[in-house]
Amino acid sequence: MTRQMLAILSMIMIPVALYCAFVYAPTEATMGQIQRIFYFHVPQAILSYTSAILLGLASLMYLIKGDLKWDRMAYCSAELGVLFTVTTLITGMIWAHPVWNTWWEFDARLTLELMLGLLFVGYHMLRAYLPERESRARLSTVFGFLALLDVPINYLSTYLWEQHHPRLYGPGGGGADPAINIALLVSTITFGILYAYLLTQRIAVARIEEEVEYLEQVVQV
Amino acid sequence: MKPVFAIVYKDIAIEFRNKESISSMFWFGLLVLVIFSFSFDSTEAEGIKPGILWVAFSFAGILGLNRSLSMESDNDCLQGLLLAPLDRGDLYLGKVAGNFAFTIVAEMIILPVFAVLQHLNFDLKLLWIVGITLLGTLGFVSIGTTLSMISAHTRMKEVILPILQIPMTLPVIISAVTATGMVLSTEPGAMAGISFPLSLLGVFSIVYLTASYLIFEHVVAE
Amino acid sequence: MTLALESQDIQKKFGHFTALGGVSIQIPRGEFVTLFGRNGAGKTTFLKIAATLMRPTHGTLHIEGIDIHKQPEQARRHIGFLSHNTFIYRDLSAIENLRFFSRLYGVDASDDRLMGLLERVGLRRRANDAVRAFSRGLQQRMGIARVLLHSPSLILLDEPYTGLDAQAVAMLNVVLDEIIASGRTVILTTHDLEQGLRAATRAMVMDRGKLVLSSDARDPAIREAYSRLILMGGTR
Repeated sequence: MTRQMLAILSMIMIPVALYCAFVYAPTEATMGQIQRIFYFHVPQAILSYTSAILLGLASLMYLIKGDLKWDRMAYCSAELGVLFTVTTLITGMIWAHPVWNTWWEFDARLTLELMLGLLFVGYHMLRAYLPERESRARLSTVFGFLALLDVPINYLSTYLWEQHHPRLYGPGGGGADPAINIALLVSTITFGILYAYLLTQRIAVARIEEEVEYLEQVVQV
Repeated sequence: MKPVFAIVYKDIAIEFRNKESISSMFWFGLLVLVIFSFSFDSTEAEGIKPGILWVAFSFAGILGLNRSLSMESDNDCLQGLLLAPLDRGDLYLGKVAGNFAFTIVAEMIILPVFAVLQHLNFDLKLLWIVGITLLGTLGFVSIGTTLSMISAHTRMKEVILPILQIPMTLPVIISAVTATGMVLSTEPGAMAGISFPLSLLGVFSIVYLTASYLIFEHVVAE
Repeated sequence: MTLALESQDIQKKFGHFTALGGVSIQIPRGEFVTLFGRNGAGKTTFLKIAATLMRPTHGTLHIEGIDIHKQPEQARRHIGFLSHNTFIYRDLSAIENLRFFSRLYGVDASDDRLMGLLERVGLRRRANDAVRAFSRGLQQRMGIARVLLHSPSLILLDEPYTGLDAQAVAMLNVVLDEIIASGRTVILTTHDLEQGLRAATRAMVMDRGKLVLSSDARDPAIREAYSRLILMGGTR
């Protein structure tokens, strides 16, 4: 699927998703209108984990194959990872304030999300301090891969703490009205398409950035 | 003597000579303890005692990792190690063993000071904490050795290490603090679930020792 | 007949900068090769790749018939490498350093042998002194002792004469002559034409990552290439 197709699909799906989130889906009984942020928050959280998985796997592929395109994919995913982690945390906080009366709780999921954000930022800081292309790729992919291994372990460790975060599906949650499920599904698919577009676009830009860097070096020499 | 042991022995010999690692780790950990002890009075401190201990251990640990690193960058000694017919994974294990030994020694000096400052009894509970410390330090050092070697290639070595290390070792800190809290708790049956955080510490160590062992050649290659 | 070193199309890129643009060299056993070149010509890079300290972007290299990429550990047993940094631990004494490296290489670490080695480089009296106190010349000798420790058949020296006084230079030359007499192969890089050609059997000139000239050490073309490329600076 070309980038243009992804862009067009996104442009179509976004209004549909907005409609589902704000009009089609019923107002939730206990939380009221603020609950609608769920249709944005959940896909963003999913995509932050997706970014971590992509970072880790692309990093591993670079270490095996040595082709810089994998490193490019790794750092582009990591950038989107920062974006979606931050938006997840912010939408989460917007939701939390009226509902829990606080901006933050050290709950399992929140801590995991925060840790993920710190790992993505750490990854980019590491890259920033490595001026040479090959060592930048080599060392940051090692870190990226090791960071991916950390995610499931941290997920388990955060279960040691209390569970504040609402659970809609699974143990403790009551399931949901089919309309809510549909709205969530539409929203998730929309975000997924948007993510695919952003990632492919970012990788294309990255390729051009690297070309420019090369030309700058050649001109200087 | 196998090469791995030669590296550990060498690190210990150097440490005996200049005593820089352990003493700096111990003093720094002590300072952290003192600051926390002054900041919170004993009633407030109840719930956060385990946290205080592990913050002190973490910062001392990072200091130790940085020291171990500068030992090898002085006179480019790492290159000397890389020239030898030594598997890169074995080099990693040798450095982990050395880092682990020094960090544990410093921690075992910090621990009694902690017990005194926080009005703990010197009983069986401390033995449990020693056990938790051993497991937690192993996890901390297994990823720390790799990260410190990665940081060594950057311009701002000492600065980037904590930025990478602290998020990565969050599971270790969380598990160690929880387990320590269970041990120190006065509630009956508090230690019932201690096997979960302990096994997490074990899992962390196994995963990172294995992954780092396999991947270390990429870290030191040029 | 096995060559001491054989490289085929060795290339090394740092990002978009090409340090080595395809170097193919064949060095038979027992040769004393001096490699000349300006700063940045690629001499150190090539030597480091031969010493397995760096991986080439492309190409193969064999030491005593062993592929350094496929069997690096085996290859390392045959290689001794010395650069400006001597890779020795300044907090340990001379003999402690040698003991450590002996264990690392899995060779005899007996005091007799190690003291004998220190004697050879004129450091016997300083065996128990911490290396930190040594002058540059003495540290260089320590480095040579480290290099000879595991009796490698190929010795790589990267600008070993840098920073040495006359006495240290003389001492280094004595050791080099001994090494050659014992049948080992030496590759040495230097800026000093006279020192470089003193005992060399073969000389090579590198420029901008490529081998420009390879010839017998007494060939006048070497001196000509040296003055053209290195003293006057440039193939332009």
